[in-house]
Amino acid sequence: MNNVDQKEVKINRREIRKRSMMQESLERLVRNKTAMAGFAVIVTVAILSALAGVICPEGYDAQDVTKAFIRPGKEYILGTDNLGRSMLARVLYGGRISLTIGIISTSISAALGIILGSLAGYYGNKVDNIIMRTLDVFHAIPNTLLAIAISSAMGGGIVNAMIAVGISGVPNFAKVVRAPILAVKESEFVEAARSIDATNARIIFRHILPNVLSPIIITITGQLAGSILAASSLSFLGLGVQPPMPEWGSLIANARQYIRDYSYLVSIPGLAIAAVVLSMNLFGDGLRDALDPKLKN
Amino acid sequence: MAPILEVKDLKKYFNVRSGVLHAVDGLSFTINKGETLGVVGESGCGKSTLGRVILHLHESTGGTVLFKGEDITRVDRDKLSRLRHDMQFIFQDPFSSLNPRMTIFQTIAEPLMIARKYLKISSAEIEQKVYNMMDTVGLARRLVNTYPHELDGGRRQRIGIGRALIMEPDFVVCDEPVSALDVSIQAQIINLLLDIQEQKGLTYIFITHDLSVVRYISNDIMVMYLGKMVEKADKEELFKRPLHPYTKALLAAVPVADVHHKKQHIPLQGELTSPINPKPGCRFAKRCSYAQPQCFAETPELQEVCEEHFVACHYVKSINGLE
Amino acid sequence: MELQKEQVLEKTDEALLSVKNLTTYYITREIGTCKAVNDVSFEIKSGETLGLVGETGAGKTTIAYSILRLLQMPPAKIISGEIMWNGEDLLKMSAAKMRKIRGHEISMVFQDPMTALNPIDPVGDQIAEVIYLHKKVSRAEAKKLAAEMLEVVGIPKERFYEYPHQFSGGMKQRVVIAIALACNPKLLIADEPTTALDVTIQAQVLELMNDLKRKNGTSVLLITHDLGIIAEMCERVAVIYAGQIVELGTALDIFDNTAHPYTIGLFESLPSVASGRRLIPIPGMMPDPSNLPEGCKFAERCRYATDECRKQEIELVEVTPGHYCRCIHSRCKEG
Repeated sequence: MNNVDQKEVKINRREIRKRSMMQESLERLVRNKTAMAGFAVIVTVAILSALAGVICPEGYDAQDVTKAFIRPGKEYILGTDNLGRSMLARVLYGGRISLTIGIISTSISAALGIILGSLAGYYGNKVDNIIMRTLDVFHAIPNTLLAIAISSAMGGGIVNAMIAVGISGVPNFAKVVRAPILAVKESEFVEAARSIDATNARIIFRHILPNVLSPIIITITGQLAGSILAASSLSFLGLGVQPPMPEWGSLIANARQYIRDYSYLVSIPGLAIAAVVLSMNLFGDGLRDALDPKLKN
Repeated sequence: MAPILEVKDLKKYFNVRSGVLHAVDGLSFTINKGETLGVVGESGCGKSTLGRVILHLHESTGGTVLFKGEDITRVDRDKLSRLRHDMQFIFQDPFSSLNPRMTIFQTIAEPLMIARKYLKISSAEIEQKVYNMMDTVGLARRLVNTYPHELDGGRRQRIGIGRALIMEPDFVVCDEPVSALDVSIQAQIINLLLDIQEQKGLTYIFITHDLSVVRYISNDIMVMYLGKMVEKADKEELFKRPLHPYTKALLAAVPVADVHHKKQHIPLQGELTSPINPKPGCRFAKRCSYAQPQCFAETPELQEVCEEHFVACHYVKSINGLE
Repeated sequence: MELQKEQVLEKTDEALLSVKNLTTYYITREIGTCKAVNDVSFEIKSGETLGLVGETGAGKTTIAYSILRLLQMPPAKIISGEIMWNGEDLLKMSAAKMRKIRGHEISMVFQDPMTALNPIDPVGDQIAEVIYLHKKVSRAEAKKLAAEMLEVVGIPKERFYEYPHQFSGGMKQRVVIAIALACNPKLLIADEPTTALDVTIQAQVLELMNDLKRKNGTSVLLITHDLGIIAEMCERVAVIYAGQIVELGTALDIFDNTAHPYTIGLFESLPSVASGRRLIPIPGMMPDPSNLPEGCKFAERCRYATDECRKQEIELVEVTPGHYCRCIHSRCKEG
């Protein structure tokens, strides 16, 4: 027996640090200040929205016309709208809705996109062609426009909005997943998996997908930001979320007519959208840098 | 000594854009149990494809393969599963042949996990087997939860060997297992492979381009050129009396680590011809300094020129003064 | 030896290139300080081939890049040392002056011919570019010289306008050699020039290099891990381990009168020298350059090591004239 290993007198310190690549990436991410700032903003918004019931127990639809158009100040932190509803309540409850739409539609996009992209990438040839050319048709239509089209066809409402935005994000995931799968599929370790009798399913889920995680994660953050924007656009146009539900886009839509005299009614929800989308993008950028294999060694 | 593997007229062709690539073109040989067949050749000779076809990582285009007397040329899913317990593969590149997201434990345990129901073993037994295998291949047990990128090439290759041997196969195809390693580490791995072979009675096909390594580790050596076998003999016989012009040129080209060695340069004209849509005739003729018109027209057959020494060359006797 | 066409180089005993106490580190936040090259000194005389032999991570490529100042700084940092060339220190030279030397007086052949050539430029143009940049000739004249260079390396000049992908690995490496030798450099640094090539092609390329260097009196710094190539090509040899030269001498010294235990271990690991006897591998691994041990860097793998070896840094000592060894237990027969 070759006990070569035991002869080492000095233990290589790096061996004791049992760190996975994920842990190393995490450390790199944490060091990135802009990414962490983005992350902080998203987490704050999420927490505040979740606590909307506690912060504004009166709900988002408590009208009091006598208290309409109060500018942001001591009494109402973010002011009130044309029907006397607290903007703070509207924005916080709206946050819940926007984030929920974002998460659910991104989940739909991711699930469908990853499955389709994996099948296309792994099996190649005809399967690949059929799937990708079909998705190309959807991809050729601008995201938001597609969401609008699907939404109008299906009718308004929050559920249809989520489905519409979800579907419009599928080609993105499929493409992002397919390319690295094509590459990883030819790796020797995949060949090695076949040589030890792994089934195709095992190869896809245990060997290929985990090595394709990085682009998936990055696309998820990008898609979250995009979904929120798309959802806001939908409700701004009157599709998607219906009043009195306070989705940020519809808040802007409602306030359009008052933009000259009471601009805060537009700018506050607008800033909310901008802040969340920007933060997600910054965080996504930071993630991409942290997971970039070229920086790993 | 019964042959464990018998290959008859094995062919593997690939369809490429410009035609048909004859990667392996009619190879026949046998290997006895417990021995090592070294396969040498340069790029494009088909040696790696040969290894993969035998293990059903590629499906053969023609010919037969008999393993332990049984015809395994075409197998269904179940038979293939069981075959994979007996025949295994060690890959060349220790960097790309391991899943970067799996620990040493997971990599070595995986064959057992896949066969768990068939083998009826528990998790505890799997764990024990993995630790034992790590001992056998010389990996310290404390490394059990490390990832490949944290280790050097030599250790990674040991993981690959562990993965191949954990199912206790009888037959292992080693595809350039030490080519990507440093010289001092190569020696460690070669010794490891030899030790394990002795302990467990394994049979190896050892594929390499490194002539000194193949001489050290093989019993018989087969020289390939563009998909064809050009010479096969016992290792000492091959090195002492290479008969095929290509083998002679190959042996003469290897740099020897001895300042007093006089280099005999046998120049090979030109470049490798293409293995795509090959014409009849000897594939080596274009570069051969002994080539005659017959060589360009007729493909030479493998003949047994001396005992157990096979050569595929029309003029082998006259070139070597063996009339 | 022939006189060169342009530079009248008398064969003198004076060193063409003199590396003195070169120390290069790579400093990154994640790994710390990687001591790649530690106090390396050697000389190359004109017309001489010096082999630099060592394994992966020993520091050979870092030395080559330090000479040509091709290191990316950061993370690399040349901590100290002098590289004397023609009376001047290359490390202190301005970037502009260094550019005139690179490719002209000192040129390099890189390891991987697949990536060393620009895929979108015809090979002839790539050779012509080097000539045009360094010599005061017209573009047309440069092309003519480039075509001649192709013939010199054994490629028909009709292939001037072909692209790298149309050539095989061995041919590509010949083009790389043509580029390196186009301006008739005094020193050629070849970093594992044949590692990626097949054995028979390697033989052709090495023979070509030998021919060219003999005809033009070019000095060569040949970096390789293959002792066979060293035996064939080099007059003098330096063995590198963990960023230090552990043995230095003529090829005869190194092969017939091996002094350092690491060099001995390398020979014993070679199957070619073993005939029936078991390979004796060197146990363990090269130390992590970011965590080098005290004293002799090879001690933990050395069968001759004693306590004394680990206590102080070992100096390079002359064991026989011209033959140096960094070991207090040097196995040299006369030492």
